[in-house]
Amino acid sequence: MSGSIQDTFFEECEELLEATDEGLTAIEGGDHDPEVVNAVFRAVHSIKGGAGAFGLDELVAFAHRFETVFDEVRANRLDLDEKLIQLLLRSCDHLCDLVATARDGGETDQAHHDVLIEALDKYIPEEEEDLTFEPMGLGGAFEPASLDLPESDEPAGEETYNIRFHPLKDMYSTGNEPFFLFQALSELGQLEVTLDDTELPGFDGIDTSESYLAWNLTLVSSEPRAKIEAVFEFVEGLCELSIEGDGDAEADAKALAALEAAFGGAPEMPAPSNEPVQATAEPTEETSAAPFEPPAPAPESEVPSAAVEAKASSPKAETAKSEQRGPKPTLRVDLERVDRLINAVGELIINHSMLAQQIANLNVPDVRDVETELEGFKNLARDIQEGVMSIRAQPVKPLFQRMARIVREASSATGKTCKLVTDGENTEVDKTVIERLSDPLTHILRNAVDHGIEKPEDRQSAGKAKLGEIKLTASHRSGSVCIEIKDDGAGVNRSRVKQIAIDKGLIPENADLTDSEIDNLLFLPGFSTAKEISNLSGRGVGMDVVKNAVAGLGGRINISSTPGKGSTFTIILPLTLAVMDGMVVSVADQTMVVPITSIVETMRGSDDMINNLGADGTLLSIRGNFVPICDVASALGLRKEDNDQPPGVYLLVETETGQRSALAVDDIHDQRQVVIKSLDGVCGEIPGVAAATILGDGKIAMILDPESILAAAPSAAAFDTERRMSNAIAS
Amino acid sequence: MQSQAEVQHTDQEVKHAQFSEFVSFTVAGQAFCLQITQIREIRRWSPVTILPHAPSDVLGVMNLRGAVIPIYDLSARFGLEQTEASERNVVIVVASAGKPVGLLAESVSEIISINPEEIQETPSVDSRHTMEYIQGIISHEDTMVRIINLDAVIAVPEQVL
Repeated sequence: MSGSIQDTFFEECEELLEATDEGLTAIEGGDHDPEVVNAVFRAVHSIKGGAGAFGLDELVAFAHRFETVFDEVRANRLDLDEKLIQLLLRSCDHLCDLVATARDGGETDQAHHDVLIEALDKYIPEEEEDLTFEPMGLGGAFEPASLDLPESDEPAGEETYNIRFHPLKDMYSTGNEPFFLFQALSELGQLEVTLDDTELPGFDGIDTSESYLAWNLTLVSSEPRAKIEAVFEFVEGLCELSIEGDGDAEADAKALAALEAAFGGAPEMPAPSNEPVQATAEPTEETSAAPFEPPAPAPESEVPSAAVEAKASSPKAETAKSEQRGPKPTLRVDLERVDRLINAVGELIINHSMLAQQIANLNVPDVRDVETELEGFKNLARDIQEGVMSIRAQPVKPLFQRMARIVREASSATGKTCKLVTDGENTEVDKTVIERLSDPLTHILRNAVDHGIEKPEDRQSAGKAKLGEIKLTASHRSGSVCIEIKDDGAGVNRSRVKQIAIDKGLIPENADLTDSEIDNLLFLPGFSTAKEISNLSGRGVGMDVVKNAVAGLGGRINISSTPGKGSTFTIILPLTLAVMDGMVVSVADQTMVVPITSIVETMRGSDDMINNLGADGTLLSIRGNFVPICDVASALGLRKEDNDQPPGVYLLVETETGQRSALAVDDIHDQRQVVIKSLDGVCGEIPGVAAATILGDGKIAMILDPESILAAAPSAAAFDTERRMSNAIAS
Repeated sequence: MQSQAEVQHTDQEVKHAQFSEFVSFTVAGQAFCLQITQIREIRRWSPVTILPHAPSDVLGVMNLRGAVIPIYDLSARFGLEQTEASERNVVIVVASAGKPVGLLAESVSEIISINPEEIQETPSVDSRHTMEYIQGIISHEDTMVRIINLDAVIAVPEQVL
């Protein structure tokens, strides 16, 4: 099977799994609307169907059980109690795993798989036969096959339905099979099937991808009409269908009208009561046609106008329902194309400022008209930029959905009960940010469950609800994205945290720290509070990793905590990775940009603030603290050694390890947003330079990486540990 | 953005199937040429942004319609003296594996049509630079024009960074 079709299947799976998860979450939240249940059922069914076509047996088998249980729910034979919902949620997680395994290879957790299957099987009624899903054979011989339809007893109070079923060729292309429909119908009552092949042209006139066959069915059943309609649910819109009961005509007419509306109008058809189609009782003869046309591979055909003339009574309610939950039309676009567009737009904006500069230089007395137009140009360019950026932006919803799973798994592993409440799922963030946020969020949430939320009995004795709550919120806050993780657990145990930090030699024993300083100790490298290493968090990977990951995205993270009430982690991120806030400085006559996120403070230095240390080390004295000075120009190899004029301006920066240094630059010009241009492929890695940007005058400026500048300057690197730590804490 | 092409192009220079067109230019007083299909555009020199820790033949980077491209000093790359870049000089933008690269030359001279048969092999001389960067020579109006081996010139030299 071609890789690209399979890729499409997996892409669709992502969406279907998302829909499943969404539906289950809604059900968990108490929304038992049949339409929600149906949506989940359909999503799982589609995954099963697709997986069957690719021979992904394990996935099919599991999806089938999942679907069957859901079918029971749909038919109101199963109650959606808490236990079942939890099982379904876990099954959904497992389904994600199976899809991921099928896509990326690797092993599934077989024990887990078996446990779930067994649990699901308990909900499946006995008589449900194991329907293996086999791809339809394409080269079937041209001979009518007999359908062996099980007969059922005729119950009392039955009604006779005359059904005419004419599949459109699209139905076959979606892998549906009339036989299964009839089989399902036969379970509802006594069924007679007659083939109507009047439309079948001569052998040489056959278009193999066309559908010529129709069936007239007579069903004697006590089941309500809705059950019969349900059988045809998956071929809605793919067939011409009419169902007529012999019962109360008035009610029927109404139902029929609604049905027709739902199916997009019924075809003209002979009234079955006038032309009764009698079929023989023998099962072998009772049937129909098996030269099922091969599924038409090419979906080029538009749906043949199923809507013949809608009957006058047809426009009733009902119809809107099926449209309601349909996905918004979307477009899959190569990411590279979007990035090219973003580049071009960035250039457009730079071009605008160059143009404005040129006009200002012209010395023309009256440029008001030009300036007005230029202003319009600028606004348009900004509009385009925002539009293009928003293409890359994606809602955080899928990420949050995954987090719900993390919390589920974490709580069942720790024996705690808690739920994740999410808010602001539609907040849009740059795609790359979302991707790289997954790990830090996972870590924080696991920590929140493991360390934050107390055991149920502890919660009760503390007068809290047994069920812990973790709130995950996303919002836009003045040009940045704010993600908040708030738990209602015990809060940071400050005396313990401090003791651990002292034991591990991270802070001096007599350190006098404020509450917030203690909370921030959690972010120090090599800090782990778990009493014993649980299999969740505490693998020696601490919150410092989270902090670094967030810093890597140009963001920052804060913690605040109230004892007994819980802790809140706040992550502030830039809207996009393509743009960042930078401070424009000059170094040895070159204009350069330093990321704002790494700058703690800027200051103009005077001679008496500079202290020599050893042969060539210099320290800057800031309010009694001594911080090593690193001359950016020398570190970049741009200044001659004999230049003895000290640069006058210092940028106090803090590195990821919490170390502080003063970067000496010549001057500070401006603080502005800059578009990041990668230097990859332009030249190799340059120590001290992270990337480049294009300034308003069209010149390129280097974006500095304070971390690597300091690493390159040995004088700053070697520094008193104790001092460094207290500096880190002071942040 | 306009590209400054100081190139004389006359109608008489009709393309002939077997002839290739070359753009000739001077670097440190010597005549060099590149096949015209290798050249993207020719721009006037404007000050570039210096790359820290770069070798002497890498002048820096410049902004080519939003793309950051490196500029090499051809003269320094050939082992000749470094060019004192000024507004009179030109930057020849070429593409190497899809990535644009700028080459600083003194000035562009003309477009010459060369019959491939006229190309002579580079005589063996005792200079590594010559053998590596020059893939052939031709005689044009009594001067020797050196055909540059572009791939060798713009390959990132080992000592860089």
